[in-house]
Amino acid sequence: MKLNAHIPDGPIEQKWDKYIADSKLVNPANKRKFSVLVVGTGLAGASAAATLAELGYNVHAYTYHDSARRAHSIAAQGGINAAKNYQNDGDSVWRLFYDTVKGGDFRAREANVYRLAHVSTSIIDQCVAQGVPFAREYGGYLSNRSFGGAQVSRTFYARGQTGQQLLIGAYQALSRQVGLGTVTLHTKKEMMDLVVINGKARGIVTRDMKSGEIESHMADAVILATGGYGNVFYLSTNAKACNVTATYRAYKKGALFGNPCYTQIHPTCIPMSGDYQSKLTLMSESLRNDGRIWVPELKGDTRTPDQIPEGDRDYYLERKYPSYGNLSPRDIASRAAKQVCDEGRGVGPGGLGVYLDFADAIKRLGQPKIEERYGNLFEMYERITGENPYVVPMRIYPAVHYTMGGLWVDYNLMSNLPGLFVLGEANFSDHGANRLGASALMQGLGDGYFVIPYTIGGYFAQGGFEPVSSDSPEAKHAVAEAAERVEKLLGIKGKRTPASFHRELGKIMWELCGMARTEAGLKEALVKIPKLREEFWKDLLVPGSGEELNQTLEHANRVADFMEFAELMVTDALHRNESCGGHFREEYQTEDGEALRNDEDFAYVAAWEFNGVGVAPTLHKEELTFDNVHLATRSYK
Amino acid sequence: MNLRLHIWRQAGPSVEGSLKAYDVNNVSEHMSFLEMLDVLNEDLIGKGESPVAFDHDCREGICGSCGMVVNGAAHGPERKTTVCQLHMRKFKDGDEIYIEPWRASAFPVIRDLVVDRAAFDRIIQKGGFVSVNTGNAQDGNAIPVAKVDADRAMDAAACIGCGACVAACPNASAMLFVAAKIGHLASLPQGQAERDSRARDMVLQMDTEGFGSCSNHYECEAACPKGISVEFIAQMNRDFVKASLKG
Repeated sequence: MKLNAHIPDGPIEQKWDKYIADSKLVNPANKRKFSVLVVGTGLAGASAAATLAELGYNVHAYTYHDSARRAHSIAAQGGINAAKNYQNDGDSVWRLFYDTVKGGDFRAREANVYRLAHVSTSIIDQCVAQGVPFAREYGGYLSNRSFGGAQVSRTFYARGQTGQQLLIGAYQALSRQVGLGTVTLHTKKEMMDLVVINGKARGIVTRDMKSGEIESHMADAVILATGGYGNVFYLSTNAKACNVTATYRAYKKGALFGNPCYTQIHPTCIPMSGDYQSKLTLMSESLRNDGRIWVPELKGDTRTPDQIPEGDRDYYLERKYPSYGNLSPRDIASRAAKQVCDEGRGVGPGGLGVYLDFADAIKRLGQPKIEERYGNLFEMYERITGENPYVVPMRIYPAVHYTMGGLWVDYNLMSNLPGLFVLGEANFSDHGANRLGASALMQGLGDGYFVIPYTIGGYFAQGGFEPVSSDSPEAKHAVAEAAERVEKLLGIKGKRTPASFHRELGKIMWELCGMARTEAGLKEALVKIPKLREEFWKDLLVPGSGEELNQTLEHANRVADFMEFAELMVTDALHRNESCGGHFREEYQTEDGEALRNDEDFAYVAAWEFNGVGVAPTLHKEELTFDNVHLATRSYK
Repeated sequence: MNLRLHIWRQAGPSVEGSLKAYDVNNVSEHMSFLEMLDVLNEDLIGKGESPVAFDHDCREGICGSCGMVVNGAAHGPERKTTVCQLHMRKFKDGDEIYIEPWRASAFPVIRDLVVDRAAFDRIIQKGGFVSVNTGNAQDGNAIPVAKVDADRAMDAAACIGCGACVAACPNASAMLFVAAKIGHLASLPQGQAERDSRARDMVLQMDTEGFGSCSNHYECEAACPKGISVEFIAQMNRDFVKASLKG
C-alpha cells in the first residue's frame, strides 16, 4: 500500500487557500442528499456535526454519554492557542506553525500543522460569537497568557475551565441544529464496529446502552471523533469511559493506525494515593507560569517543605533549562521529574512526587492575584489531597494525558479507507511526537469547524455513492459479530472483573511502555500482554445480561480492545529505535539524558495495518519532509 | 474506616426499587466517594451479585455525569463539590450513609442511581445558544465586553448540567439550570438578539418537561457544585415576563 497524504502543491502559506479554491463543491440543494454519521460529541465531533448540519448535510451524531455535553474535552483547563498576536509580542501564524512542528519533535506533517495555525484565529472569533465567556481585560478586550513551551502569550482561556466553555459552545451549536431537526442525536449509543462496503466506510454498528439493542446505521461517510486511548494505561487523566474501541475497530476493518506509541505524559498531575485509585487528576499546566518546581537537594530528605532552606532545594527545571525553566515542554518536564524521583529525591508517599511551590508568586503578587488566576485549581487540589496549596507546596507527578497517535489520515483528514474521516485526538496528524499545551482544543475545533466542512464536500462531489442499507450482507455480518462478542463476554463466567484485568494491563503498559522504554522491557511486554489477553478470555466475570444497562459489560468490551491494542502500541515503540517527544527509549539519549532523535532513519509516520489478533501488523511509512522548519535538535536550555 | 451503606437499588425504569444495606470495610480517607463505591462494586461482582449502577466519567467535577443524593444532600455534605470530588475524609468510622438517585418526575430512574436527564438537553435545544453559523463571526476583539459582564457570564456558564439543583429542590424545579444558561447569554452582547425568544422558549419547554416551580427555598444554590447564584433566577423571571409582554 502506498500512502498518499494528498498534500496540495505550492508554498506552505498558500496550500490551504489553493485547496479550497480547487475543491469541487456540492450544490446547496444536493447537500441534504448526503448523510454523515459523526461518532463522538466532544470538541471535534460536536463542532463537525453542527457545522455540517448548518451547511445542509443530513447528520446523525452518536455519543455513549447521556448528553452531548459530557465528553472529556470538557476537562481541559488551561486554554486554547491562536495566532492572533493581540499582545503585540511577535506572534504570527508562522510562529505558531513553527512552535508546533518543533514542539512535536519534527514528527508532524508540516502542511497539516500550518493549516491548523492558519485556522486558529477563526476558532477564537467563532467561539466569541457563540458567547464563550473568555477572560477579558478591564478594557473589554480578550486576555491572553503564555503556556508551556511558548515564548509568546497566545493562549485564550476561560478561568480554569476553557475546555468546558468551548465544549458547551459546540454543544449549544449542536443543540441548535438538533432543535432545527437537521441533526439526529443518538445518546447512550456506543459504537461497536465500522461497516465497510466495496472498500468504503458506509456505516457503523452501535449498541444501545439502555436496551442492549445492536443495530447498524448507514450513510455516505463516517466521521470518528472518538478521542484518545490513554486509558490503555488504566490510570490516566482521561475520563473513565475514554477508550480505543471505535478507532481500533476501524483499524481491524482496514484503517491504518499511525504512531500509536506517541503518548503524552503530563508533568503536573496529583500523585496517586492508593491502589484503589481510579484515575489521576491533572492540575493545569498554566500553574507552571507562577509555580516553581523543586525537590530536595539531598536523597531521602524527610523534612517538611517549610523546613528545607533555599540552599537545600534543587529547582531542577530552572537549573537545567534556564531559558524556559518551569515552562519547559511537557515531555521534558515529565522526564525531569521522573529522573529526580528515580534518584530518590521525590517527595510525598512512595517518593513519587515533586513540589510545585507558589510561595514566591504569593509574595510577589499577593494571594488575591493567585486566587484570581488559579482559585478553582487550588480548591480542587485541596479537595483531593486535603492540603492547602496556599500554605503547603503542591505535590505533583507526571501522568498519562494525551495520545498523539491515532488513525492515519491524509490532508483531507480521511483515512486510507475512503469515506472514513477522523478528527481531533482520534487522528494522528498535527502534534507529531509531542503536543504543546493549549493545542488540543485548537485541533479539535479546527478540524470540526473549519477543515472537515471543506474536505468532506470534495469527497461527496466525487460522486459514486451506491445506495446502501442495513440489509446489506456487510452490515448484517457486522451486527451479528457485535452480538456474538457481547454473548462471548457474558458467557465466560470466570472469576476476575474487567477492572482487575484493566488495572493489570495498565501496570504492564506504565512500567514497560510508559515514560521511558527499553528494548528489553518492550519485548517483555510483548510476552506479557498476549498472556494476559488469554487469561482475560478465560477468566472474565461479567454479571447480568446484554439486554439491560450493564456497566460492567460496557467496561469489559472496552478492555477487550485495549488488550489487543496494547500490543500494537508496544510493537510501534519497539520498532522506533530513537527517542522523540512522547516516545523516550533509554538506549537513545545524549550524554546529559536528552532525547536523541534519528532523523535519517525515522523521520516518517509509522502507519500500521492489521493482519490478525496476535499476528505482527504490517508497517507502512509516510516519509515526512521538512521544507519550512529545518530539522534541528530541540533545545530549551 | 468501616461504613454501612444504604443504597437505592432498582433494576429498571418500571420496576419498584428499595434501599439495600451493604457493609464496606477498610475504607481509606484518601478515597473519593466513587472509589469507595468502586470497591463495593468489585466485591459485589466477585460475589456474582449485580453491581450498583451509577453515572460518572471525568471524576474531576466538570463533566456533570455523576450525581447522587448522599444522606439527603445532592452530591453529599461538602459545599460546591460534586460527589466524584467528595472524599472519604469527610466521613468517619461507623457512619451510616444513605445513597439515593436524583428524585424528580422529569428525571426517571433508569437503573439504581442512574437517571434520565435528557429533559435538560431538550430545554437547551429550544434556545440555549446564539444562532451563529460557523464562518459568520467577525474578529473576536471587535466587540469589547466589559470585564464585569464577561465575569458574570462565566459565573453562570460554569453550570455542569448535573441536575443537583432539581434534586435538591422540594418542587423539583429546574429553574437554576435554565436561569444559568439564560443568564450566561443575557450577560453578553452576543446573546442580545435572541434574548426574548430564548427566555420564553426555554421556560416553556422547562414547564412542558414537568419540572416544578420555584418557591424561593434556594436549596438549588446550596447544592450547586459550581455555586451558581439564585440571582440568575430573578433575572430569568424578569426576562421571561418582559418577553411575554412583548408577545
